Amino acid sequence: MSNCEAATEHDKGQAEDTPKKLTRAVSRYPYYRHPLPIRIMHWSNALFLFILLLSGFNIFNAHPALYWGKSSYNDNPPLVELRADENDEGKLSGVTRIFGHDVTTTGFLGASKDSSGELTERGFPSWLTIPDDQWLAMARRWHFSFAWLLVINGLAFVTYSAVSRHLQHDLFPTRKDWRSIGRSFVDHLQFRHPTGDAAKYYNVLQKLTYLLVIFFLLPLMIVMGLGMSPAMDALHPGWVDIFFGRQSVRTIHFVVAWTLVLFVAVHLFEVLISGVWNNIRSMITGYYKVDVEAKHER
Amino acid sequence: MSDENRITRRGLMVRLLAGASVAVLGGCQRLSESSWFPKVLGLGEKTTYKMQRLIVPRKAMAQEFPAQDLSPQFRSNGTAVPNNSTYSALAANSFSEYRLKIGGLVERPMALSLAELRTLPSRTQITRHDCVEGWSAIGKWKGARLSVLLEAVQLKPNARYVVFYCADPMEDDGRSLYYESVDMEDAFHPQTILAYDLNDEPLPVKNGAPLRLRLERQLGYKMAKYVMRLEIVDDFSRIAGGKGGYWEDRGYEWYAGI
Repeated sequence: MSNCEAATEHDKGQAEDTPKKLTRAVSRYPYYRHPLPIRIMHWSNALFLFILLLSGFNIFNAHPALYWGKSSYNDNPPLVELRADENDEGKLSGVTRIFGHDVTTTGFLGASKDSSGELTERGFPSWLTIPDDQWLAMARRWHFSFAWLLVINGLAFVTYSAVSRHLQHDLFPTRKDWRSIGRSFVDHLQFRHPTGDAAKYYNVLQKLTYLLVIFFLLPLMIVMGLGMSPAMDALHPGWVDIFFGRQSVRTIHFVVAWTLVLFVAVHLFEVLISGVWNNIRSMITGYYKVDVEAKHER
Repeated sequence: MSDENRITRRGLMVRLLAGASVAVLGGCQRLSESSWFPKVLGLGEKTTYKMQRLIVPRKAMAQEFPAQDLSPQFRSNGTAVPNNSTYSALAANSFSEYRLKIGGLVERPMALSLAELRTLPSRTQITRHDCVEGWSAIGKWKGARLSVLLEAVQLKPNARYVVFYCADPMEDDGRSLYYESVDMEDAFHPQTILAYDLNDEPLPVKNGAPLRLRLERQLGYKMAKYVMRLEIVDDFSRIAGGKGGYWEDRGYEWYAGI
């Protein structure tokens, strides 16, 4: 503690004498930030989620509409619907209906070009689905086998992280973290990122986001997936009604999928603006280069 | 100079990314068309089948609903009117000539009229029908319990599956009659019935008149409509495409619990 204070005093003294530019990093040292199992599980997870999303779009295309309730036919119109309308000349246009409002989305949603270049009725376009073709049986095979891989990978991650204390050390917010939450929020909005030794650790919003994804969104995704299974529904008849019925479960599955897409988008954005190559290298080789500020050299 | 470079580099990055995604997706399409990869993927669904059979008790009941949850219209999917002259003749006579034939690995083969089926122990249930496409509809079904029929015909010891032969051709030329199969665990489940009533009315043609299977813990394509004949077998690999059902022969899983 006293050492720490002394260093701060020392820094202040330095900072007053030296022009700002000179306090920037003069050297970098490699810090082993991500152990091998975490790196493997991170990239596996990325691949599995990618395949699950795109095969999921293919499955969704078999009936591109979402409902709320126990069934699809309950006097209420679908919440969201992708469809193709045909005009008098037989020309197709793609339409996305959201909460009763029609939006023309020709070429992307509702109607898009197939492999022969012909505009056809299709929920999500072929370049966004696995496989490319509208092929429900095959998309289900992709989806369900990669769902198993995702679950196995997730269980392995949680087990490893608990045993190696990665969870406790790196992911659970400390008391200090909780106090700095407001500042971390402002930092994120101003695209300010920790440098030097602070970059070795996750910041509090990062920790909370990862915990939300690991312990809420992904498990919810899996439970909602199982909730669509008529056999799993028989495990305890009526359990899907906790989530407002099977068609609501299907809708939640879809909404959580997009929430995960949003997470990945923000994650990639943060990776990009906080030292893209350093970040990517650290998730491949494990080593993150930490800036050493001249004033900190001992 | 640096600006120009940056644009090219960024353009290159975008093109690389787009190229990579096309390669990955094209790769997934090609893998799907290969002879070996779908089999590898099939392991996932086999695991699902094993796990669900392990986790879900034999007699676990599918959810049943109060009348207020009934769908106003029970959607018809697949065949709405079978293109089959034998069937049309039966339908024209309100199925009075219809006989459900039960044969195969049984001691006492039978042929039952609709009137006879209606005198058998029945079950009425309001259940949710989940289509593989993703939609659900709720209907009230009444029908003869399949377990009662199977006990009446006395299964031989090697009986393993019930095969349902249907009247609806799946191709325009009248070929590829729909068929399905279930194992004995599902066949003897209390909610497994051969339904002749939907929403307190005789089953309409569009929903599978005169008789359709209800198999409440699996997806809709298992629930054969227009059922004409049951055959009890020990193996379905020699029937049609050998996968145990019309859609199974076209790549769908035989076990449709998910």
